[in-house]
Amino acid sequence: MTTYAMVIDTRTCIGCGDCVVACKNENKVPAGLNRDWVVEATRGEYPNLETEFRSERCNHCGHATCVTNCPTGASHYWKDTNIVLVAAEKCTGCKACIAACPYDARLLMHPEGYVDKCTFCHHRVEQGLDPACVSSCPTHCMHFGNLDNPDSVVNRLLRERRHKVLMPETGNQPNVYYLI
Amino acid sequence: MIEEVLATARYNAKIDPQLGIWTWEIAFYLFLGGMAAGIMLFSAWAVLGRRQDELPFAHNRFALWAPIVLSLGMTTLFLDLEYKIHVYRFYTSFQPTSPMSWGAWVLVLIYPLMIVQTLSTLRAGYTMLADLLEKLPGGAALLDLCEANRRLIAWLVIPLAVGLGIYTGVLLSAFSARPFWNSGILGPLFLVSGMSTAAVLPLLISARGPEQRFFERSDLGLILIEITLIGLLLISLATGAEQHLQALGLITGGQYTVPFWLWFVMPGLLIPLVLEIAALRGIRVAGLAAAVLVIFGGFILRYLMVEIGQVSTWTEYALQFDPQLLERLTQ
Repeated sequence: MTTYAMVIDTRTCIGCGDCVVACKNENKVPAGLNRDWVVEATRGEYPNLETEFRSERCNHCGHATCVTNCPTGASHYWKDTNIVLVAAEKCTGCKACIAACPYDARLLMHPEGYVDKCTFCHHRVEQGLDPACVSSCPTHCMHFGNLDNPDSVVNRLLRERRHKVLMPETGNQPNVYYLI
Repeated sequence: MIEEVLATARYNAKIDPQLGIWTWEIAFYLFLGGMAAGIMLFSAWAVLGRRQDELPFAHNRFALWAPIVLSLGMTTLFLDLEYKIHVYRFYTSFQPTSPMSWGAWVLVLIYPLMIVQTLSTLRAGYTMLADLLEKLPGGAALLDLCEANRRLIAWLVIPLAVGLGIYTGVLLSAFSARPFWNSGILGPLFLVSGMSTAAVLPLLISARGPEQRFFERSDLGLILIEITLIGLLLISLATGAEQHLQALGLITGGQYTVPFWLWFVMPGLLIPLVLEIAALRGIRVAGLAAAVLVIFGGFILRYLMVEIGQVSTWTEYALQFDPQLLERLTQ
């Protein structure tokens, strides 16, 4: 299985939300729905506060509980990669995958009723391009690549910088990394 | 202090500000599925125990209720689907890791079984329906066949009905992302609760004399087991990780404390327990009141479980312009 990963530098992210707009434009995400979002996390006690911006989305988990819980096979891994997609033509809208996602990263498309989510812009990845959010980031804090390739930019960043994933304790093996 | 705020808008329907994907439809389905399993089990029990004289209703008339009750449940399950036209997709693949897929396929086995279980009781329990069926070509032969294999059918019912009852709980407990559900106790709890709601139905319909006492005694035992299982569920949450402790907090001081204890435990378990004891001492009206409360409690258990499970989560963000944030500033 090819493992694609996104690496986001929280030290250079300014929380502008361009990634969110780029995703909506690229994937024609309807008004009122979001495949990605930005979280502002503040830690500490005043005046010693630390702020971190995190652009978040589906973590395209190596062990995706949304895929294992889907009763129809609509939630699936794309072409022997870790990119998790939903086949709308197989989705019943039972919402088991939504309940199964610890990151609450899925959404319901209206009016049709099938489940939708971040696709890591697999249609762009297929053409050798980065996902739209990565391409549009004005501070170049977002990076995308193949984790199996030791020379990829994501591997190099993960080797050189301290990093984390969100809630590794879920056991889902998330593949969106945050440089800290 | 850590405060995580959504810096961009996110208000995905039924997901934000907190998960609300499943409501009364799923609760009704879980409730009726459990009840159907209980009906099948009691009917099979009466047949296997050759108790036609002591339990005439359970032996001859109860089985018909199972397909009716389950079909009602399947209707509410269908109502819950967001993409209803794709309902057939449950039967175009089998996903071994998905409890919902197992449930969909188990129903393919359960439905024919509950139909033949009903047919095996039709002549003795519902003469008019049996007469109607006998007028159809092959109807009499079908009834003969089912009656001749009545005990075999009852034996087959036991594992499949137990599976159906447990499945209604496993459906929720399989979601590790929802700490309140993620306990193996839920399967047996929903099975026992389903059997309890089935045990009180004959009390409301027609059971008298020894059959009435049998179902009152059965329900009393089932309520005691259910209370034990609820206790075990609380212990399993209380001895879990941080997420489980937070989930437990929802019913021990949190926003679901009053609904859980005052809408479910009190009227759905403790009061019926006392009433069933009174009923066994000859106060018939107490048995009827217990029956109504047990059915109410059975539904409320599912309703609260479905709702609390969705509120218990790993991910929780404050919305940027949430007025509660302003309140935090002043604390």
